[in-house]
Amino acid sequence: MKSRSLVSINDYSKDEILNILDLAAGFEASPEPHLLNGKVVATLFYEPSTRTRLSFESAVSRLGGKIVGFSDSSSSSVTKGESLKDTIMTVSNYSDLIVMRHPLEGSALYASEVAKVPVINAGDGANQHPTQTLLDLYSIKKTQGSLENLNIFLVGDLKYGRTVHSLLMAMSHFKNTTFNFISPQELQMPDEYKLYLDNLGLKYYEHSDFTDIISRADIIYMTRVQRERFSDPMEYEKVKNIYVLRYSMLENTKDNLRILHPLPRVNEIHPDVDKSDKAYYFTQALNGVYTRQAIMASILGLK
Amino acid sequence: MKEVKHLSVSGIENGTVIDHIPAKNLFKVISILALEKFDNQITFGTNLESKKLGKKAIIKVAGKTFVDDDVNKIALVAPEAKLNIIKDYKVVEKYNVVVPEEIVGIAKCVNPKCITNHEQIKTKFTVIPGDEIALKCIYCEKITDQEHLNIM
Repeated sequence: MKSRSLVSINDYSKDEILNILDLAAGFEASPEPHLLNGKVVATLFYEPSTRTRLSFESAVSRLGGKIVGFSDSSSSSVTKGESLKDTIMTVSNYSDLIVMRHPLEGSALYASEVAKVPVINAGDGANQHPTQTLLDLYSIKKTQGSLENLNIFLVGDLKYGRTVHSLLMAMSHFKNTTFNFISPQELQMPDEYKLYLDNLGLKYYEHSDFTDIISRADIIYMTRVQRERFSDPMEYEKVKNIYVLRYSMLENTKDNLRILHPLPRVNEIHPDVDKSDKAYYFTQALNGVYTRQAIMASILGLK
Repeated sequence: MKEVKHLSVSGIENGTVIDHIPAKNLFKVISILALEKFDNQITFGTNLESKKLGKKAIIKVAGKTFVDDDVNKIALVAPEAKLNIIKDYKVVEKYNVVVPEEIVGIAKCVNPKCITNHEQIKTKFTVIPGDEIALKCIYCEKITDQEHLNIM
């Protein structure tokens, strides 16, 4: 693949996605501690996201690369009023690759336009977070053996959750994906995504509860239902417990079922689920390291 | 004596008449075409009766023809607009505006969290066709509809 930025999951075709997943499997099977020798990766985190930053930094370190950057804009020249363009132009001189997290939407595309080096979007506001999507796909493929013929349950905040939207777009590349959307009325999947699936002829079903249908799931992707999203606090009180996954609910589920979560979890997965072999969210975070190694190696033209 | 057709806005000898502008969007068209910077004689009429639009506006610019790319930008707010090229008080050419596929640097993105509202960046949108044109920002991917359209 030619050297270029990763701004949106829609930048990658199905083949390019599969290529990244294969590379990630390669890094998992045999670590390459010297691949990034002599390379400098800049991690510019304009808002804190400890998990994503550590995952990237771990990925770089395990490949032998060096890291420069900041983890909070208050400790950078941003507080002096420097524009994003100036920061990116400058940091381009110091690094071979920029990983950026920024609270403003579209900042990643803009950074990729002005940077002399490739940019990886590590989250631009509520817009895109493509490396999360790729690690989700890697986790699904690894646990299910394939990305085809799967029944994916997306649970929780489907209205504002960017991870579920990106995952839906990415999974729509694969044959016979069935989606089950489980959310409170106020947080349903937006129409544009349903229309998108309609146009592709992919099946989806909407539910407000999933206890009766959980036995059909191959993947349950949990997200948090946040109190702030509700205009009426009474509504939140009514629904808050419906979207909590508990160990007892897993009794009649498929053997191959795996539970994913982008983390951090708050209360949407009860800690008693952790003991189940079907709880996969911590391994999913580990998969993030392999996937980010694959993305960086591919973008830098090293693989 | 032959009866003269009454014109609400007086005719021009040479130039361009832009007709079928929705009355409420006249001033948006003026700013898109940057008419305030012209030295030519320009006459406007607004709240004129129109069977198609209810109330329409019309602009007559003397001694000026527009480049397609410029004039197509007004399709954003006046998709039905018709241009009449006038020579010696006669219409010599008529055409409709064409909705462009991309709009650069005219409209503001409605999303307050969009990078284009925080840095010095030319906005860029892909046009979503329809009865009322909407714009999708290439940066934040959010849609700006007619109701929220703000011309810079």
